[in-house]
Amino acid sequence: MPQVSTELLLADRTGAWKVRWGIGRMDYLVPPGLYAIGTPSPDTPVVVTANYKMSYDIVRSSLAGRNVWLLVLETYGINVWCAAGKGTFGTDEIVRRVKATRLAEIVGHRRLLLPILGAPGVAAHEVAKRSGFTVRYATLRAADLPRYLDTGGVTTPQMRELTFTLRERLVLVPVELVGALKPTAVVATALFLVSLLLGGGAAGGMALVAAYVGAMLAGVVAAPLLLPWLPGRGFALKGVFAGLAWCLAWYLAAGGSHWGVPTTLAAFLALPAVSAFHALNFTGCSTYTSRSGVKKEMRLSLPLMGSAVAAGLLLLAAGSFF
Amino acid sequence: MKGFRYLEGVATLELSPEACIGCGRCVEVCPHQVFVLEGKLSRIVDLDVCMECGACAKNCPTAAIRVDAGVGCATGLINEWLRERKIRQVGKGCCS
Repeated sequence: MPQVSTELLLADRTGAWKVRWGIGRMDYLVPPGLYAIGTPSPDTPVVVTANYKMSYDIVRSSLAGRNVWLLVLETYGINVWCAAGKGTFGTDEIVRRVKATRLAEIVGHRRLLLPILGAPGVAAHEVAKRSGFTVRYATLRAADLPRYLDTGGVTTPQMRELTFTLRERLVLVPVELVGALKPTAVVATALFLVSLLLGGGAAGGMALVAAYVGAMLAGVVAAPLLLPWLPGRGFALKGVFAGLAWCLAWYLAAGGSHWGVPTTLAAFLALPAVSAFHALNFTGCSTYTSRSGVKKEMRLSLPLMGSAVAAGLLLLAAGSFF
Repeated sequence: MKGFRYLEGVATLELSPEACIGCGRCVEVCPHQVFVLEGKLSRIVDLDVCMECGACAKNCPTAAIRVDAGVGCATGLINEWLRERKIRQVGKGCCS
């Protein structure tokens, strides 16, 4: 039986940091199977998690000083919640893993403790029918597991409530930023070339690129961090406000009073649309948006964004001829 | 969930009280406290905070709950749309 240390080493911490920046994200996994934390007996609880190394690390370190069985499912290096959404953290995999590890011969009881965010992929009654193990959804966060175990399996309302704190939003920003870099580089290059063609010169081109990159950052960094304070429910609308703030700042910093009317209009139309698009993309990282809600928001906002960007580009082109 | 609410009046979640046996699984799995157990039955108390993750429907032993489940993710929906039209995916999709 593989024995698991509950102490996170420097390599684990740098690994987590790299993953947060999108480096080697899909190769950060541990072999699925049954692991022993401390010296578990046939009576000790079985905690189930995903084989994304960051999930596994968080769970094992939260169980320091305890005797627990850790059943790691094959989710192909994807975290519990996303894997549950895809069905890999699911009924079939639990039944398969329970059999493959001969869990029924190792423990005397017939209980599995699952993370609450695994529930979208698991039908507890099916697991019971097919494996003989009953499922308890213990807590949402691994950090609450010790208290759950200490109280003999009581899930307090706080332990089952999703949050989206500033810190929780902040750790999501780097990987989003890395994801936005490639399309941003393509668009920025195109803008620079367009500016040269329209006779804006290298300085004009750089100014255009800076305005665009700022709008991207307003959507990718500022909007997620300021999420609860930006007006509106929709993420795109919140992005518009972040983008408008950026545009105003850029207008003041880059001598906007000397811009012509078409250029000013172009900036205030297109830049907030760029921020809105990136902010809308953050719905995928959030903990409270719904599929129907995002669909509705996309139906309303994508045509508006497209029109605003197109109008902005036309105005910019027109402005260069006046 | 304190401090955050998404769009109103869009959630597709439905609970049929006739099929409910009051086992409380939906209350147990919902991370947004959409359900409460009242007497021997579950009831939806705050439909608009539903994020349509589908955990309640999946874990309901009598299939009393219906929801158009999926991830509330713009990139995911764009990719779904592109896939349906057999156009190449942009990026790897959400939490790939």
